[in-house]
Amino acid sequence: MHVVDIHSKILEENNKLANENWRIFKEHAIFAVNLMSAPGAGKTSLLEQTIIKLKHIYNISVIEGDLQTSIDADRIRQLDVSSVQIITGSVCHLDARMIQNTINKIPLAETELLFIENVGNLVCPAEFYLGEDLKVMVFSVVEGEEKPIKYPFMFHEADAVILNKIDLIEYSGIELYTLVDNVFKINPAVEIFPVSCRNGDGIIEWTNWLRSKVKFF
Amino acid sequence: MHEVSIAENIIEIIEREADKNNSYKILRVKLLLGEFTSIVKDALLFALDILKTDTKANDAFFEIEQIKLKTACFSCGEISEMNNELNFNCAKCNGVMTIIEGKELEIEYIDLD
Repeated sequence: MHVVDIHSKILEENNKLANENWRIFKEHAIFAVNLMSAPGAGKTSLLEQTIIKLKHIYNISVIEGDLQTSIDADRIRQLDVSSVQIITGSVCHLDARMIQNTINKIPLAETELLFIENVGNLVCPAEFYLGEDLKVMVFSVVEGEEKPIKYPFMFHEADAVILNKIDLIEYSGIELYTLVDNVFKINPAVEIFPVSCRNGDGIIEWTNWLRSKVKFF
Repeated sequence: MHEVSIAENIIEIIEREADKNNSYKILRVKLLLGEFTSIVKDALLFALDILKTDTKANDAFFEIEQIKLKTACFSCGEISEMNNELNFNCAKCNGVMTIIEGKELEIEYIDLD
């Protein structure tokens, strides 16, 4: 009977693949954004608004992740942007292996800005690094002001939190101040962008910040 | 929330280590689980109990040590053990706290026959 020290991080395999993804992105001068949220918060709508503003500045490609259907990838294709759909079946998040298996389906040589729209899920996607440069979370104000402290993992990992559906704030029953306060409790350095994908409020501020972050190595 | 796939990962890693050490039987596995992960200890133990069947870990005992969330301030170095109320703003200087413990998801060691 003997003890073997392992000290193995269980997600090491995922991180190894994610680092490989990152290397491939950098070799092709691609800046990658991982877009995460609960189902229905407005990831695809935000992506549509973002693409409309930025597609004349960057060559954009999108990887969509959903349990079922290619509805989101189809929506993005309407904007004349290359889009690939990953169907995860029952898996509740994208992981680095799924991205690696899809990476050759996007036009790597032409792509400058890559958005990876993760599976709608307020918990698991935050645990899985995909090889991205930026983690952006979409949170709709109608989800409630307590969510950041009840579901801290994703808020904590995000570089930016988009507060979507700001046009519904008076019907939401929440105090925006309390929500923002809770977000800063979990992630003091995060950037917060209140937006309405429906009427366009706040989109310019978000895309200006994104442009300031985009770097090609 | 996906304790089953994490358990599958764990079984895969420990069987590989057992093979490396020419062992057919894993007696005990010590895991570290940070409290600031989305993995629930009991759900993980339950998944391991099912997935270990007919593997080298079939009779293994899984021990999970839970690591509490500990943060340190970037500005003043103050260390805090977060209890009930999560707040990553330093109570001392209002600087930004970073996590130094509590995100672990690791196999510390295995005990082989």
